[in-house]
Amino acid sequence: MIRFVERHPAWALIVIIAVAVALWLIFAVWPPGLEEAVGRKRVFLNAVFNGITLGGLYFLVASGFTLIFGLMRNVNLAHGSLYLFGGYVGYAISASTGSWILSFIVAFILTALVGVLLQVVVFRRMEGQDLRQTMVTIGLSIVFADLMLWACGGDFYQIQTPSWLIGPIDLPLLTAIKSSGEPVYLRYPLVRLVIFLASVIIGVAMWLALNRTRIGMIIRAGVDDRDILAATGVRIQVVFVLVFALGAGLAGIAGVVGGTFQSLSPGEDIRFLLASLVVVIVGGMGSIPGAALGALIIGLAEQLGSVYIPTYAIVVTFLIMVLVLAVRPQGLLARR
Amino acid sequence: MLKGSLGLIALSSLLLSGTAFAQEKIKVGVTATLEGTYTVLGEDGIRGFQTALNVLGKKVGDKELEFIIASTDATPDSAVRAVRKLIEQDKVQILLSPLSGDEGIAVKNFAKTHPELTFINAASGAQETTYVDPAPNFFRYNMDGAQWQVGLGKYAYDEKKYRKIATVGEDYSFIYTQVFGLVLEFCGAGGQVTNRQWVPLGTKDFASVIAALPDDVDAIYLGLGGADAVNFLNQYQQAGGKAHLMGGSIMIDQTILSSKGNAKNALVGTLAASGQADTWENPSWQKFVKDYQDAFPPNKRFPSPSLLATNYYGSTMALILALRQVNGDLSNNQAKYKEALAKIELDAPNGKIKLDSNRQAIGTNFVTEVVDDGKGALFSKVVKVIPNVNQTLGYDPAVFAKIGLPSRTVPECKKY
Repeated sequence: MIRFVERHPAWALIVIIAVAVALWLIFAVWPPGLEEAVGRKRVFLNAVFNGITLGGLYFLVASGFTLIFGLMRNVNLAHGSLYLFGGYVGYAISASTGSWILSFIVAFILTALVGVLLQVVVFRRMEGQDLRQTMVTIGLSIVFADLMLWACGGDFYQIQTPSWLIGPIDLPLLTAIKSSGEPVYLRYPLVRLVIFLASVIIGVAMWLALNRTRIGMIIRAGVDDRDILAATGVRIQVVFVLVFALGAGLAGIAGVVGGTFQSLSPGEDIRFLLASLVVVIVGGMGSIPGAALGALIIGLAEQLGSVYIPTYAIVVTFLIMVLVLAVRPQGLLARR
Repeated sequence: MLKGSLGLIALSSLLLSGTAFAQEKIKVGVTATLEGTYTVLGEDGIRGFQTALNVLGKKVGDKELEFIIASTDATPDSAVRAVRKLIEQDKVQILLSPLSGDEGIAVKNFAKTHPELTFINAASGAQETTYVDPAPNFFRYNMDGAQWQVGLGKYAYDEKKYRKIATVGEDYSFIYTQVFGLVLEFCGAGGQVTNRQWVPLGTKDFASVIAALPDDVDAIYLGLGGADAVNFLNQYQQAGGKAHLMGGSIMIDQTILSSKGNAKNALVGTLAASGQADTWENPSWQKFVKDYQDAFPPNKRFPSPSLLATNYYGSTMALILALRQVNGDLSNNQAKYKEALAKIELDAPNGKIKLDSNRQAIGTNFVTEVVDDGKGALFSKVVKVIPNVNQTLGYDPAVFAKIGLPSRTVPECKKY
């Protein structure tokens, strides 16, 4: 941090000012002139919160994608199918047992198993052949999409939000002050906050596991030099299977999350594959903090865009990707 | 040995059946949105189409109709690609296409490059398709989005006493047309439309859109369909939304009313208008509902046909009945068939339908309210039936032309 300020004083100043402006926008009561120019503060705050919570969902999908890529250099383009599969499993479990929590556990286990199968049956046979892996996973994603269409139909499924999570809560953030002097606080859907919190916990846990544990050390070593690691006697194939299972399982969990606050239907697989590709490209391939930053940026851009420039909202995401590719092609937080 | 001879028998019988029943076939291409946001709509459209085949049969004189179904995703280029594939690869002679608004405009324009073929619109409802520069070989037996909103604005103003409303709609031609119909009538009656929000087709996260809804209005009109509508309702429930709602023709429809989960319950009491009403007493409607229900097992269909099923049913009916009138004669660039199509008057399940000089349907419209049948299923209950709705919505054609074409901001909220 201090090194960054010493090296780039001008950039540091800009960042500090931007953060200060953002904090003021969030915490201060907007003067009437500003409300007239850009609309009500409630709308702005909602868009910011939605962007952050949507970023949480994107992070869940993209972190598994980036984890698998980081260790194995596997571009798993069937990752979106794992997301949708996890969502359908979660729906089936929550519809039959009524338990939301259980649906997460089962979805994680089943998609992790599919991930293990993918790794053992497909990827192990074509290690190091990027193009072949890419083509095969595109093919697999089409096959999976049709299988799921056959099994679940084209219907929309929504995973029932548990009753203790339905409805909004008041956040201690002022949106306006009524003429009577009574403060108006931001009301926000509880379920989105809970889901965001969960994705933060998962993200931090993953970071800790990668940086503070022995298995994390092995994985990081594998990212740097696979062959030497294998030569030191580590059973690298087992590590691969574990990482693949974890990455796939995370996609499955994300499917349940997506099915709860959005909906599941054919086509969602492609949408989330695309979203995680964009997130990972912006954040940097193979980096977990990069996936978090990328998810946050893309989520915010989508939501703020849909409120303030609705017509061009779709373009904004890709514009960011193009900008990042032009200025810093390896991604914002890539290590190399 | 046994296997070999069995195979031979199977093969020869296959060849035999090919020759023994060889007869002239008329090939018809059908498109529906079987992918993307409107998948459920496309699937039910195909159910309506199959119900029509069950009722009418596939024979025209001594010829047999052969149908080839292609899938689209509600984007204009997917529709043109599907139609082109049907014409060039499958050599179809008649098209039953497409389902969605933007697709309709594209297919109409494409129809002009194949003047020898006949295009029968399946269900699309953008005004521009038949109103601006219509194609002489494109026939539409369903009303457009604006016609489907006739009666809604007045009813909301007079009976519900709504004075100020805001709209949220998908950003494409069909919903522009729907909002056009609503605004024209509601503002004509004296109401105000304070805010029109447009979201891209296929939006998943509506949280910010919901936050931006104004709270000083009497009702919020929703012009959404398919997955978008379900997502909106789900997130509306999570955000604790409580406003009065009004709905467009594919919003208040079985595709949404019978979706899974309980978010749809926010729609009970919602006022809407459409080319059909689920609980209409009319015997031919009731017969159609029964035909539809008998054709599919309960878990493979909706409790009652959606607007898409009804439209596909009506269009298929026109296709087959007109073909029977000319006894399957498609000679001379299908001239006789096109003439028969232009003249035919349909006794469709949702009322009588005839075509105007642009080959656009004049039909019956329904104002409805959503009711719960007591067992958790939602239906649209008819509150008003308006017969003979034409494309200019009863306006003098010259006045109507001055309003302009439906878009994000047209029409203005005033009396024309």
